[in-house]
Amino acid sequence: MSEPLLEVKGLKVRFTTEDGVVRAVDGVDFELERGKVLGIVGESGSGKSVTAMTMIGLTRAPNTAFEGEVAYKGQDLLAMSERRLRDVRGNEIAMIFQDPMTSLNPVYRVGDQIVEAILTHDSVGKRVARQRAVELLREVGIPNPNNRANDYPHQFSGGMRQRAMIAMAIACNPDVLIADEPTTALDVTIQAQIIELIDKLKDDFNSSVILITHDLGVVADVADEILVMYAGRVVERGSKRSLFYDPQHPYTWGLLGSIPRLDRPKGSRLASIKGAPPSLINLPQGCKFRPRCPHAFDRCVGEPELANRVEERRHLDRCWLGVDEKRSVRSATIKGEVATA
Amino acid sequence: MTAFVIRRLIGMVAVLIAVSFLVFIVFILIPVGDPAQRMAGKNPSQQNIVNIRKKWGFDKPFYVQYVRMLQKAGTGLLPGPHGEYDVLSSFQNRQNVAHQIERGIPVTFSLCIGAALIWVLLGTLVGIFSAVTAGRWSDRLVTTLALIGISMPVFFLGIVLRYFLAEKPAHPLFPDGEYVPLTKDPVQWAYHLILPWFALSVLFIGFYGRVLRSNMLDTMNEDFVRTAKAKGLDPRSVLVKHVLRTSLIPLVSLFALDFAAVLGGGAILTETVFELHGVGWYAAQSVGDLDLPPIMGVTLYGAFFIVLFSAIADVVYALLDPRIRPT
Repeated sequence: MSEPLLEVKGLKVRFTTEDGVVRAVDGVDFELERGKVLGIVGESGSGKSVTAMTMIGLTRAPNTAFEGEVAYKGQDLLAMSERRLRDVRGNEIAMIFQDPMTSLNPVYRVGDQIVEAILTHDSVGKRVARQRAVELLREVGIPNPNNRANDYPHQFSGGMRQRAMIAMAIACNPDVLIADEPTTALDVTIQAQIIELIDKLKDDFNSSVILITHDLGVVADVADEILVMYAGRVVERGSKRSLFYDPQHPYTWGLLGSIPRLDRPKGSRLASIKGAPPSLINLPQGCKFRPRCPHAFDRCVGEPELANRVEERRHLDRCWLGVDEKRSVRSATIKGEVATA
Repeated sequence: MTAFVIRRLIGMVAVLIAVSFLVFIVFILIPVGDPAQRMAGKNPSQQNIVNIRKKWGFDKPFYVQYVRMLQKAGTGLLPGPHGEYDVLSSFQNRQNVAHQIERGIPVTFSLCIGAALIWVLLGTLVGIFSAVTAGRWSDRLVTTLALIGISMPVFFLGIVLRYFLAEKPAHPLFPDGEYVPLTKDPVQWAYHLILPWFALSVLFIGFYGRVLRSNMLDTMNEDFVRTAKAKGLDPRSVLVKHVLRTSLIPLVSLFALDFAAVLGGGAILTETVFELHGVGWYAAQSVGDLDLPPIMGVTLYGAFFIVLFSAIADVVYALLDPRIRPT
């Protein structure tokens, strides 16, 4: 195994609010190798976005406390000064956000916003930067980029805006591209195109990608490894193949069950995970998924470690159930035939 | 663009007619009695009153009087000498209203343009400062001061300033009242206007500062500001290029209307307190005398600026925000 490009160790993020301490991220570990795609999956509020934004220091605020380490090329990004982190941000680690409708500044031309990203990190002339911006727009599939660079964001469709966001993110040829729900706000037909584009650019630019989504379907194509997050923790982690064919955590089963499929038998209902994610201020004792889990038993009042319980390969999860037991109840749970206890 | 201008011009005329009609109606409805009676002076003969009534057309139906008044207002704007009864002239002293307003314009414009520069500049600074330091004691101090500024009535602040800085001291810091034309002596012009400028702008500084502060705080939470930060942009560029630029747009329409209102005679209190004989002062005098023609004249003059500046604001708005540009 080669030296990972990015390594997150024991990351914890807490926000102090008037209602109490929000444990947004509570123990996240992963490594990202060059050229790989890591998928992070979870519901809203599971800490996916906070994890990503913390890596490039966008959650730094007086009321935020951090623990752990984000090692990137031998440096800890968490401990890095804001000034030095700015050189990494957008340059070596770039981010694409969820809503392309609001993520571009409405009063500046699209081309100028890309030029701004280039000029922030590279000392090139305006003319060169402009040419590169047009080139980038061509790269992400904007037709007639020379003219479209002069358009304002509202003259772009949603998919085109997300393409422009991607062009802006890859403007400085980053090593790591973080895509935070890049397709959530888009039409289904556009979603696949955007994911394919990100995957293609990853190869062209030899970057790594962290793809954050709440939709397992989105990462099914492109991810090499998948991390499932719940209540600020990683509850399961494995290769894409292993996670889809041998999922270990009941929460992952729930996520798998809630993907609509055309090959589902007629008349069967789409399964959903009952209940809502816990409050991050007042977390349940033990396993955080226990209140919603149909298989919870006495042991679940103690929280399981993230550990490799499957013998055949590297696949980590946080569940007390035995591996064989899991395999026997799994398919019924995914189909939604097991009621919550 | 041409269509826009034509539409605006038609709207402008409609607004002016509506405003003039309202003023006229209100004047007819308020129980001040017969203007002819007042014009005739104390103990007039009945014949005298009837004569005045005839001469000024008070015996005609109100709509005839109204149309006649509009005609007079129009004639007053034409160059050349006019007879007393051909133009809007004061019931009180028979002066041509148009000329009176004209005489007040240099004073009013000097006061308002100077004050507007001050309030835009300081209001913006106050807004930026308190938005950047939001939540800290410096922000609290500045926002509280701004609130005090907003709550301070001009007639109080103006009198206090005037009394303590210009009137009472043996060696006053500032001259008391009196307007020196800009063309005569620019230094004295500014020197004489400092106190009125300040008195007029305090309210607006506080108001604009608070509006800008809240606009900026809203904008700071926008997704595109997060994008700008994620690019690795330095905080100053994020603040100026992305936060401030967007936050200033709503202030444009606010400023256009406020500025139009003070130019159009809305600085009544400041002009009165500092005895600056501008349009606002003239309006105050005429209201005191219940003198319809000047009130009508000043109202139309003021309405003209409001309509003009709201049209200008629309154009500037479109320049600043590409989303509302006609395509």
